[in-house]
Amino acid sequence: MRRRGARPQPSDDKLWEICPSCHERLYIKDLDQQLRVCSKCGHHLRLPALDRIALLADGDFHEIASNLVTADPLRWTDRMPYLKKAEGDRAKSGLLEAVVVGFCTVESIPIGLGVMDFFFRGGTMGGVVGEKVTLLIEECARRKVPCVIVTSSGGARMEEGVIALMQLAKTSAAVERFGALGLPLISVLTDPTTGGVSASFGFQADVIIAESGAAIGFAGRRVIDQTIRQKLPEGFQTAEFLLEHGQVDMVVRRAEMKSALASVLRFFTARGTASAKTATAGSKAAGA
Amino acid sequence: MNVIVELEKPLLELEAKIDGLKKLNETQRVDFSAEIRALEEKATRLKTEIFGNLTPWQRVHLARHPRRPLAMDYIAKLDGFVELHGDRAFRDDPAMVTGFAYLGGVPIFVLGQQKGRDTKENLYRSFGMAHPEGYRKAARIMRLAEKFHRPVVSFIDTPGAYPGIGAEERGQSEAIATNIKLMAGLRTPIIVNIIGEGGSGGALAIGLGDYVIMLQHAIYSVASPEPAAAILWRNAAKAEEAAARLRLTSDDLFEFGIVDEIVPEPAGGAHREPGHAIDAVLEADKRTLARLTRQSTNELLDRRYEKYRKIGAHEETALDRAAR
Repeated sequence: MRRRGARPQPSDDKLWEICPSCHERLYIKDLDQQLRVCSKCGHHLRLPALDRIALLADGDFHEIASNLVTADPLRWTDRMPYLKKAEGDRAKSGLLEAVVVGFCTVESIPIGLGVMDFFFRGGTMGGVVGEKVTLLIEECARRKVPCVIVTSSGGARMEEGVIALMQLAKTSAAVERFGALGLPLISVLTDPTTGGVSASFGFQADVIIAESGAAIGFAGRRVIDQTIRQKLPEGFQTAEFLLEHGQVDMVVRRAEMKSALASVLRFFTARGTASAKTATAGSKAAGA
Repeated sequence: MNVIVELEKPLLELEAKIDGLKKLNETQRVDFSAEIRALEEKATRLKTEIFGNLTPWQRVHLARHPRRPLAMDYIAKLDGFVELHGDRAFRDDPAMVTGFAYLGGVPIFVLGQQKGRDTKENLYRSFGMAHPEGYRKAARIMRLAEKFHRPVVSFIDTPGAYPGIGAEERGQSEAIATNIKLMAGLRTPIIVNIIGEGGSGGALAIGLGDYVIMLQHAIYSVASPEPAAAILWRNAAKAEEAAARLRLTSDDLFEFGIVDEIVPEPAGGAHREPGHAIDAVLEADKRTLARLTRQSTNELLDRRYEKYRKIGAHEETALDRAAR
């Protein structure tokens, strides 16, 4: 898998990008070299899924379910048909849908890896994302390997209505069965992770890692603003805010993400002595 | 202002007139029965005119009608309801009512999202929008249900989970995520009733079950029309447009295979004859309970998994990723 290629590029000759946090003009080549972390303020810019995979996987990534696209269950149209919007997202993200799922190794540990891409419909979960995440978890169960999901999502996809909502139920049921096998699910919450994705596999993981500075929450700021009109405190819904409030296990910078993830994976896949036995007995008692 | 309340005003006036005439008929010597018949025919016509062809937005308002039966109205019709309070960690959330009761003699645990009848009660109950502690209370009750092999019956009526600072600080996402996962594997039958408004993950957090019953004029959607419009077009005022596009009626939900049964409502909506609507829902619950309790737990869980596993909207394409 090539590292470049799927980068959202408004124009091919674009050389500079503005840091959304400190507004510094950043030379794109440098920015890429810094893993899209602002060299001036340390802000983590959003990372496309393929770049994230290149960052985490040792080498090859074997994608599954790569050819699924939306069936547009509501026949949705607003200022343009939903299918037309999805076409635009394809061009923008270089992906067919908002998540890429497959298998790879991380520091030689075999895992199933799902990575969401904010540049496709805001990373929202509709029928395709729900299906691909479910297939990933089911396949991890078959292969008996840990499952890692990197989230970046505005939540359920409005254009697929209640079908999108039901993807929370579908993926959660898969997580539930997976958990009964004694295999670890690890989520990496990146900017942003809200709504239906944080309220399902995002926060159902055994270990929850948040990327530095990521906006994470259930209700987006806009919904909170428009519903209750409360003034939101400084740093509200950032990864650091969540750590302070006991909602995530750790906050990790992008440059250290792979080694942090690998150390968690190593621990959970290590052949223990007493603990391994307990885990097996526990899963039987759960009636898996 | 609720548009249905406005819409049904002439009907209510007409019905008051009929009642008045009926009383006169009983006490006076003059026979008004011809007039009464004529007015009753007019009322029937008016009913069809008003309720026969409601727009999606009007249906949203019907589901939010201020006199529509609320979760507690259903729960009150169960035998021997005892409310159980609190999440054992933070506080008792009045937007979520939980406890135990008997349905047709069968001991069950009950969950319900409770809206208020007036402003004061709505503030107390956060308009039926639960905080994390509400969902955690429901989770506690569901674990009790599993431990003691009692079925769970839930009543859904919420615009969504409470969007606020405290709710976010205390982990609204985690609370909802935990409940959905818990319900997916809960080793006891779960019956879900959508009685009013089912909005977003806040509804689903007590809404994953073996059999989902929906009242004819209830609504169920990925988000309430207002937040949906805020998310889609950054403008909550476009809620009417969102309602028209979201496909949130019981017919839609049945067609999608998400709802298993639609319970018809009295003409003009459940609020016009609350007793009938409540009885019809509980009757459907009783029937379902008898059927579900006959299944083995493993059978039940396999069917539950399949029910949700097949809900999707994808197809295969020959297209390859553009970037390759």
